[in-house]
Amino acid sequence: MADTSPIIQAPPGGFLRRWQEEHASRIEESRRAAYRFVQNRLSLLGLIFIALLVVVAITGRWWVPAPQDATGAIHASDRFIAPGLSHLFGTDELGRDIFSRVVLATQTALLSGVIILLVAIGIGVTLGSVAGYFGGWIDEVLMRLTDMMLAIPGIFLALAITAALGPGIIHAIMALSVTWWPGYARLVEGQVKAAREQDYVEACRAIGARPGRIIFSHIIPNLISSVIVKASMDFGFAILSLAALGFIGVGAQPPTPEWGEMISFGRQYLPQYWWYSTFPGLAMFIAVFGFNMLGDGLRDVFDPKSRL
Amino acid sequence: MRLRYYVLRRVLLFIPVLIGLSIVTFVISHIVPGDPVGLAAGPGSTPDQIEALRRQFGMDQPLPIQYLRYMANLLHGDLGASIMSRHTVTGDLRVFFPNTLELVIVSMVIAVCIGIPLGVVSAVWRDRWPDQLSRVFALGSISVPSFWLAIVLQILLAMSLHLLPVGGIYDARATQPVTHTGFLLIDTLIDGDPHAFLVTVEHLILPAVTLALGPIAFIMRILRADVLETLNSDWVKMLRANGVPERVILFKYVLKHSLIATVSVIGFIIGYSLGGSVVIETVFDWPGVGLYAVNSALALDFQPVMGVTLMIGLIFLVVNLLTDLTYGVLDPRIRFG
Repeated sequence: MADTSPIIQAPPGGFLRRWQEEHASRIEESRRAAYRFVQNRLSLLGLIFIALLVVVAITGRWWVPAPQDATGAIHASDRFIAPGLSHLFGTDELGRDIFSRVVLATQTALLSGVIILLVAIGIGVTLGSVAGYFGGWIDEVLMRLTDMMLAIPGIFLALAITAALGPGIIHAIMALSVTWWPGYARLVEGQVKAAREQDYVEACRAIGARPGRIIFSHIIPNLISSVIVKASMDFGFAILSLAALGFIGVGAQPPTPEWGEMISFGRQYLPQYWWYSTFPGLAMFIAVFGFNMLGDGLRDVFDPKSRL
Repeated sequence: MRLRYYVLRRVLLFIPVLIGLSIVTFVISHIVPGDPVGLAAGPGSTPDQIEALRRQFGMDQPLPIQYLRYMANLLHGDLGASIMSRHTVTGDLRVFFPNTLELVIVSMVIAVCIGIPLGVVSAVWRDRWPDQLSRVFALGSISVPSFWLAIVLQILLAMSLHLLPVGGIYDARATQPVTHTGFLLIDTLIDGDPHAFLVTVEHLILPAVTLALGPIAFIMRILRADVLETLNSDWVKMLRANGVPERVILFKYVLKHSLIATVSVIGFIIGYSLGGSVVIETVFDWPGVGLYAVNSALALDFQPVMGVTLMIGLIFLVVNLLTDLTYGVLDPRIRFG
């Protein structure tokens, strides 16, 4: 008991050097992945798109011409001005600058997408790995629950939830998070089941690691890449779903700038004031396109099977 | 024999899933902060009237009792009644569901007719311009907000060029044809009325095409990957070595094999289309279950929402079972057990 010195001597060199040597294989792996990623022009383009989008989302409020238009300002004399130099995308029925609102809605969309996916991944990965690791009746119960949630298109359930809780963007985000996790549970459960049989997990068990530690420190880091790929492919779809709820009328409420809600309001003034619905949708299309390009690229990088 | 047990087991598994689904929707729809009954009774109603209405719909009972009563009625095929229109949900679904099904089926036919050729072209001319073009198209069609595209098409083709109707299932000024099956396309054919048939087709085009975009992309992607994999397989190499022409290999062997992959995503696509029908029906004012669910949910009228959810869940389960069975018939290597 007295001798607590490690059996294996730490390699010489500073902390960074030691870390590099300990994680040599993982670093090499990431380096190759990065190379493949850069080789894939589409995904690189997607990444640039998204970087721009994030910058716009964060800095938008400082450079849009009319930031107050996202918080309830009304300009009765400027109603329905056609797109032009004074108002790039025109104005809406309350005289608000549509360009400013479209730009500021980027933040709403990205932030909501991140929250929806983080919550969904949190629930899904936890339930999926618990089910896969313990097996037996726990697996059976959790997976039947997952099947049940997968049995209907999420939008119907989300519609019911937001209608019950009352319309609003927070409720829409909650509803989508709650309907989004089963995909992740399904994905992770199978992989954890397979990992449980592998030597490294058995080695962990042999030296007495607890299930929680084995799952979260050893198994999950090994399958996180597939979760990331799925998340990147889901992100665009999450944005679309949130906008769909906003469009139906149970999502974001005015004056919150949100693409789906803007399209829905603009629809009442068709075809005369066509710009009202057109520009928010175009912005959303570009954003979602960027995420899907990135998701496609990431799948090619991490899932060698799709790279024929 | 084994197949029969497999089907039986799968069908029995429907029961817990549907019960679970009904509990989830029931709980959601009964923890409503708003007051659906008060809303349904109207603004001028007295507290007594609201209370009477509440009793009429059994909403004065504790939740578990309400649930058991709901389930007991469900066994008789009774999904309750809408508190807004007082119509039975079963009756409403019988009217609205064929409309949605017609839309989804037509859009799936479109998706298959466009998705399969695109996938094959993409695989055969891999990494050359036809491939790049179809991949960008596929990426675009899953990225575009369908309800927005629907509106843009409405502005261009219906409101500006007047080529197609703006919305609805049939010309609103004309009397709708008599229904025999509930499917307007079939009904107009039965009546032998070519004009009515054409009007129906006209109304179907825009909603069906916008709804088909996502499925086109899914079919194209899965087919591309599968055709590529098959083209690289040993047995195709052997066919080539034996001098079988490339065209025969592609159309007689590879494509037949790859269609199995398409069948495997049909279940997923039906689910996707049913979900998509919610917004598409809203845009085109299409009297289907999606629009029905939206209008009911906005009015806090939850019996219809529960009914739609349960019915869609059941359809999805049945479709998935059928998909798995078809898959087994097409690919003899798969055995049920």
